[in-house]
Amino acid sequence: MKKVLQTVDINKHFRKPVDFHVLKNISFEVKKGEFASIMGKSGSGKSTLLYILSTMDTDYEGKLYLNEELVTGKPHQELSRLRNKHIGFVFQFHYLLSEFSVLENVMLPARKLAARSDAEIEHDAMEKLEMLNIAKLANKRASRISGGEKQRVAIARALINNPSILMGDEPTGNLDSYNAENVFQIFKRLKEEQGLSLLVVTHDHDFAERTDRIIEMEDGRISGNLTDSAR
Amino acid sequence: MTNWKVILGIAKTHLLTKMKSTVTASLGVTFGIGAYITLVSFMTGLNKMLDDLILNQTPHIHLYNEIEPSEKQPVALYEEMQDAVNVVRSIKPKQSQLKIHNALPILNHLRNNPDVKGASPQLRAQIFYISGSIELGGNLTGIDIMEEVRLSSFDDYLIAGSAEALENTDNGILLGAGLAETMSLDIGDRVQISTIKGDIFPLKIVGIYQSGIADIDNIQSYANLKTVQRIEGEAENFITDINIKLHDLEKAAAMSKILEKQFGIKATDIKEANAQFETGSNIRNTITYAVSITLLIVAGFGIYNILNMLIYEKMKDIAILKATGFSGKDVQLIFMSQALIIGVIGGFLGLIIGFLFSRLIDQVPFETEALPTITTFPVNYQPGYYLIGISFALISTFIAGYLPSNRARKVDPVQIIRGT
Repeated sequence: MKKVLQTVDINKHFRKPVDFHVLKNISFEVKKGEFASIMGKSGSGKSTLLYILSTMDTDYEGKLYLNEELVTGKPHQELSRLRNKHIGFVFQFHYLLSEFSVLENVMLPARKLAARSDAEIEHDAMEKLEMLNIAKLANKRASRISGGEKQRVAIARALINNPSILMGDEPTGNLDSYNAENVFQIFKRLKEEQGLSLLVVTHDHDFAERTDRIIEMEDGRISGNLTDSAR
Repeated sequence: MTNWKVILGIAKTHLLTKMKSTVTASLGVTFGIGAYITLVSFMTGLNKMLDDLILNQTPHIHLYNEIEPSEKQPVALYEEMQDAVNVVRSIKPKQSQLKIHNALPILNHLRNNPDVKGASPQLRAQIFYISGSIELGGNLTGIDIMEEVRLSSFDDYLIAGSAEALENTDNGILLGAGLAETMSLDIGDRVQISTIKGDIFPLKIVGIYQSGIADIDNIQSYANLKTVQRIEGEAENFITDINIKLHDLEKAAAMSKILEKQFGIKATDIKEANAQFETGSNIRNTITYAVSITLLIVAGFGIYNILNMLIYEKMKDIAILKATGFSGKDVQLIFMSQALIIGVIGGFLGLIIGFLFSRLIDQVPFETEALPTITTFPVNYQPGYYLIGISFALISTFIAGYLPSNRARKVDPVQIIRGT
């Protein structure tokens, strides 16, 4: 099966204030259509790993492949483009641009990519919003909607360029159980209906239990890599 | 690839939602540029007026015959006395004629010189103005009036009558303002003048002349060159002074030396005659530029400050933009375009406000004895200053925007998102 994401021996050090070896020889892969979660205690390096995978953090040793293409060592400009095209990102704290409307927020990455016309982008954005049941919010200012709604808008934004993989850094960490369940169901549906690959860092056991695979981290190492069937 | 539509769209949204900062920053530029335009228009206008005051009335080179003692007294030519110390007492000036020898060929020669803007002949004569039984001493200068108008804006100093009237009236006279007052005469009246030899001529007043210097206005009058030559009983080639205007003032000193040697007459250039003129004009220009540049730099700092604050506020947005695929360059362009939009809007408003203020100053009454034709403050509307103004607005906003936006380019999204 095609590998969407693969790491080979990734090591990372925090050099300030003292040298600290955060990630130690991380090697794993995410296959196409797989819903994987990364679990671990605070400080185990799981978020640090995610930001390296997202190509935003380039200060590491080892190799990172996206769609079986080496991305390590590419210039920033090129990484921005890859991120724009292939990676959707959902944060713990919604992170919408508060001055823009919901629709504009969703459209922004696609406008940057400029692969489609504005009318097409708007049509696609509305489609994503409808899929997430928030089409009625399209013209509201992003600062005027509730937390759960914001996270769904952020998911719509992450999906607008039809990425190869959706990454989440505790996407449900800041939501009540109702909204958290809602987000999980959305993820599950994306995987099942569209074959999207997902990689989610989470603290939430219940959430992780229901994913295809749990990658457990401890002290910068992968301590467990359990597929659904092995549990 | 840079996607300008998206970048400008984000810049526009930022500017519109932060209307207050946008307006403040634009106003900073507006006032800086407006003040610059106003100041520079007004100051250079005044400068030009003051320069003209001197330049118009002073020829660049003045040719005349000076009455002076011979450099070599006859005894110096006597060979037997060569080794002796000769003492000559009570030296008298050399007997020579007042007129410039070969004046007409010299005039022709000068007019054919490409550096020369024009050369005008003059005949200065000592006369008396006769008012009843009183005789007032004075000068009557014969001039080529239309040439004087062309070269030294002579008509600017006429408070009544016109240069054309003198040109068309053979026995006309432009009477000094002080004289006219003393003798209670006005345009259309006749004034009798008497030469030193005692001949009396009636002349018709066709204009009143005022230089602004009372000592001159009390004795000086002008008439046509031919008229004065006739009064003096001299031929048409009797010319005592030649005034030369050059295209380039800087060439005056060198040229006057050449003319002095070439024609064997005395030549003084404008810098010799008005040594202090250039110093004053240079200092005024320096002050103007120092003040203008200060104003523009202050405006630049205003923009720098506001953009800096804006970028601090927008750290989170910058991180999101970068996370969703905008490159550092895109983010920098977003903030640069905001700075330049502020610069363009503020700059153009500044030009308009500067122009309006200049118009206002132009309307303020300003009357000076020295320049009878000027009634309001002089303002210089040279387009070059507007060009400098808008260029500086753009350059200063560019620099003021570049530094903060460069920081935005380097923002590490991971740090912001993780909150470390």
